[in-house]
Amino acid sequence: MGFEGGGLLSLVIFLPLAGAIVVLFLPRGEGGMHKGVALITSIVTFLFSLPLWLRFRPTARGWQFEQKADWAPSLGFGYHVGLDGIALLLVMLTTFLAPIAILSSWKYVQDRVKEYSLALLVLETAMIGTLAALDLVLFYVFWEAMLIPMYLLIGLWGSDRRIYAAVKFFLFTFVGSVLMLIAIFWLWSNSGRLGGARTFDYGAVAQLTGSLPLETQRWLFWAFALAFAIKVPIWPLHTWLPDAHTEAPASGSIILAGVMLKMGTFGFVRYAMPLFPHAALEAAPAIGALGVTGIVYGSLMCMAQTDMKRLIAYSSVAHLGFVMLGLSALSAEAVNGAVLQMVNHGVSTGALFLLIGYLYERTHTRDLAAYGGLAKVTPALAAVFVVVTLSSIGLPGTNGFIGEFLILLGTFIAPMGTWTIFGGQVSKGVLLSVVAATGVILGAVYMLWLVQRVFFGPLRKAATHGLADLTFREWLCVAPLLCAILVIGVYPMPFLAASLLPANDLIARVRPRAAAVPRPQGARLFLPPGASR
Amino acid sequence: MLNTLWLIPITPFAGFLLNGLFGKRAGKGFVTAVALAASLGAALLGTVAVFQYTALYEHGQRHVDVAYQWFSSGGIGTDIAFQLDPLSIVMLMVVTWVGFLIHLYSAGYMAHEEGYWRYFAYLNLFLAAMLILILGSSYLFLFVGWEGVGLCSYLLIGFYYQTDYAPAAGKKAFIVNRIGDFGFLIAMFLMFGWFGSVDYAKVSQIAAAGGIEPSILTAICLLLFLGACGKSAQIPLYVWLPDAMAGPTPVSALIHAATMVTAGVYMVARSNALYRLSPTAMLVVAVTGALTALFAATIGVRQWDIKKVLAYSTVSQLGFMFIGVGVGAFTAGVFHLITHAFFKACLFLGSGAVIHGLHGEQDISKMGGLRKYMPSTAWTFAIATVAITGVLPISGFFSKDEILAQALNTSAFKFLTFTPDPTGPKLGFLGPLIYVVGTITAGLTSFYMWRCYLLTFHGEYRGPTDVHPHESPGVMTIPLWVLAALSVVALVIVLPIHDFAWSWEHFTEGLFAHPRGGAPAEHLPAVVTFGIAVVIAWAGFAVAWSLYKPARNIAGDAAFERAVPRVRRALVEKLYVDDAYEWLFVKPLWRLARGLWRVFDAAIIDGVFVNGSAQLVAAVGALARRFQNGNVQRYAAVTAMGVAALVYLLLVRT
Repeated sequence: MGFEGGGLLSLVIFLPLAGAIVVLFLPRGEGGMHKGVALITSIVTFLFSLPLWLRFRPTARGWQFEQKADWAPSLGFGYHVGLDGIALLLVMLTTFLAPIAILSSWKYVQDRVKEYSLALLVLETAMIGTLAALDLVLFYVFWEAMLIPMYLLIGLWGSDRRIYAAVKFFLFTFVGSVLMLIAIFWLWSNSGRLGGARTFDYGAVAQLTGSLPLETQRWLFWAFALAFAIKVPIWPLHTWLPDAHTEAPASGSIILAGVMLKMGTFGFVRYAMPLFPHAALEAAPAIGALGVTGIVYGSLMCMAQTDMKRLIAYSSVAHLGFVMLGLSALSAEAVNGAVLQMVNHGVSTGALFLLIGYLYERTHTRDLAAYGGLAKVTPALAAVFVVVTLSSIGLPGTNGFIGEFLILLGTFIAPMGTWTIFGGQVSKGVLLSVVAATGVILGAVYMLWLVQRVFFGPLRKAATHGLADLTFREWLCVAPLLCAILVIGVYPMPFLAASLLPANDLIARVRPRAAAVPRPQGARLFLPPGASR
Repeated sequence: MLNTLWLIPITPFAGFLLNGLFGKRAGKGFVTAVALAASLGAALLGTVAVFQYTALYEHGQRHVDVAYQWFSSGGIGTDIAFQLDPLSIVMLMVVTWVGFLIHLYSAGYMAHEEGYWRYFAYLNLFLAAMLILILGSSYLFLFVGWEGVGLCSYLLIGFYYQTDYAPAAGKKAFIVNRIGDFGFLIAMFLMFGWFGSVDYAKVSQIAAAGGIEPSILTAICLLLFLGACGKSAQIPLYVWLPDAMAGPTPVSALIHAATMVTAGVYMVARSNALYRLSPTAMLVVAVTGALTALFAATIGVRQWDIKKVLAYSTVSQLGFMFIGVGVGAFTAGVFHLITHAFFKACLFLGSGAVIHGLHGEQDISKMGGLRKYMPSTAWTFAIATVAITGVLPISGFFSKDEILAQALNTSAFKFLTFTPDPTGPKLGFLGPLIYVVGTITAGLTSFYMWRCYLLTFHGEYRGPTDVHPHESPGVMTIPLWVLAALSVVALVIVLPIHDFAWSWEHFTEGLFAHPRGGAPAEHLPAVVTFGIAVVIAWAGFAVAWSLYKPARNIAGDAAFERAVPRVRRALVEKLYVDDAYEWLFVKPLWRLARGLWRVFDAAIIDGVFVNGSAQLVAAVGALARRFQNGNVQRYAAVTAMGVAALVYLLLVRT
């Protein structure tokens, strides 16, 4: 347990918290200093997380960078952290986005800078901790710890309706978490059954839950799933998201969209699905259908918006619908695609919120009607926005394409069984995939509409103030995101490789006998041969 | 070169990066040099590769060069891999050399534009994407190029971004194409599911080996064709192409006439192994092609914008190509693609020269008599018009006639019936019917093209007097002459002499299992179909001449108007197709979006459930508050009631 192993991971988890403590002792009023400490801390955290990425062995089984220490052994919980490939990707995403988020609202946030810096740093520790925790209590503590700083970010530094948005955000996510807490306690009280003391340890609990009867699993699964579904958010639990995003400052939106929503999907991958495999398998088509509904519905919502941030918030509902579809399809392609899509969404939607933050700082309005023709005055901003848009609509060569393609393909060939529709049997995977693919069309509709309204056409009101193009600081924020978009799009293998093993493990656990899904007669047209694998 | 095929698309991509990043500050000289060098470099590298290929391989074989593995997951692996075979080679030669000529022309045409650097950056990017499209060795990589050219098309149509119409037209093109891409994507999923691969060779091999259900093959072919309908502007997805004329004219020539829009034809030809196994899909392709050809030619008769005439003509000619590949005449269909690339690029660049010479005027009613002012343009335009109308047997005549003759003689539909019952009525009449439709379309083509030529270059100049028409500089006229010359000499490779070493049919031997749709001259001897074609072409010319002959010119239009007033109105309004789409699809979709948002998201989820539950909690709280009002007597009363209830429960009930 040296610095090489779990020590490094723990360092990455708690570095931001250490930075927060430093900020705490800095005298109030030295605004730049607080933000400076926050920025430097997040950059150092990112640098320390790089060895995690470099030393990670995608072909090795089990947790890596694992660290275990007793905390309250009599109660059965301890400090236990470690990473698999999926968690690693999301940790990297977090440490990558955090400095960008802090730098993004550098000018915008001018009051209560100390609290603001504190909130962001505490949030980062909570997010990384949530991903790394291998003990249910530890996980829950980090999970809830994310809530408070985000609540403050929206409620204190948000725009006009910030209080409504913050309370809504808090209540939605908190209600879900309470059910999960009850389920966690149930697991603890039953964990003695296998012999040995009662424990909250993930590995031990996982051993117990796999063999629970379906009836029990179902209750526990939905208790966990509800908490995660609200966080994702899965339709129809999504209405807190547009409000939260619209009111939050750019940094809050970047963190929220970039990382926090992924905590929901990560929860499905790490907890809800593998802990309760029978219930997860049973619920998979329903969750896939909700995901597809989210794709189509979210895209339609985007078309109805006149507020830029609200539009992008609804596009998150659509993109996260893709992720949920991929996870529920439970084929290697789809799960890999879903994991990559989590990263993609963090990068591209993070970038979109960043750019809209820039626009807002210049014009102080998010109303689409006030924009138009900006490409004339801010050509670089327009060009960057178009590239990010292309990533968001999944153009080949950008990261978005790989994720969406793998999800749709993996769902199409997934052995999910059939639905009877109008007397004929239709493969669930094929139907879900085809309906989801219309999201590819709708995505182009709303994103290109947005681009046209903001950047093309004659110059209109807000733009006539002689806006400045991207500044050096702004380039500094957006350039790493652009690089990530193109690198993942052109050479995605390292990113896919990280999730190969955990994805296979998940599938093996939830759907151990793929061939067991009966291949019905008369459904051959819509059942590809892969369906009988 | 053969093992570094990736250099061919990378070269223009490098040009894109250089011009895109530094072009604005570096100035026009730098931009021109980089862009021309990049496109010429791609053309030269491509030519070298072609010579190396022909030295090494027999006809029809394919050379594959794998660059690296793009992504893999589960059972799916895809490479970044390029290939050469005769079909890729002809596309490569057309795209790079016509592409270079249009780059050259653009240096003159766009000389005074503000976004000069941006234009050439996009144009180089387009070339790179188009080369990926034609050199890719799998459907997935084809799709990469497919989307790439779609992006460039979007950017270049919307080049004049400060207008309202150009970005709207670009967006329309992208979205309509996305509808086609939806089909393309699902087709690829089916291929992955049933063939386990999207590599051309593997797909063809597995399909040819049999065992794949015909319904699956038909589904794949039809879905691919949906993609082709989008990219190649066929019914019902053709509506974006006429609008795409909002882009600069050389772009219309390169992207929306010579190269990108033919990608759909390329894809169907590329998939010939699949299509031949699905007569239903072939039928759909051929009928769609025939309908589109006729429909677009009809609209083209009454367009006044010189570019719109050519745009509808392009849609119509693409229809001819689809007739070709649809009746199984893959060789002829692809050959028409090549000849069309030459003469239509020449026509578009000619129209560009006219627009340039008239300072932006596009309305042919304000032209006339330009033969005097711009002789080179007039001559090359005339040659290309001869080629497209087929009044003299140069390239376009042969390629079009070959398609129609094959349609007439095709065996593709002879065994198809309306019903699954094999004894039902046969569709053998379909080939001849398509022939008749195609021949009528050829007559219309001849009419509207000669109308366009006569109104533009003959008669008296009708434009404003302060505009002085002038010939374009050499950098623009040279490409015109080269393309005109190619329109003439391209006939060499398609001369209906079999066993001719340079012939197109010989070159593509082995590429298409059955290059011809039917036995030659089964119904009518070739001389008869040739004869009919010539007569039809001259008939179209004769009508155009009688209406718009130099002495009368624009005045002849009044006669047309008097003859068919209502038809005229409908044609000017493009047969109301755009309006119908607007009412049927676009508006309902937006209404649905707004309605769902207001009713479902705002009123039901947030209103009833979210805020409703908050209000419920508040109401319960308000109720509970009444019990805690500080009145000791009431507390005592409630306590007493509680104790009584407990006593009842514990003692009396048990």
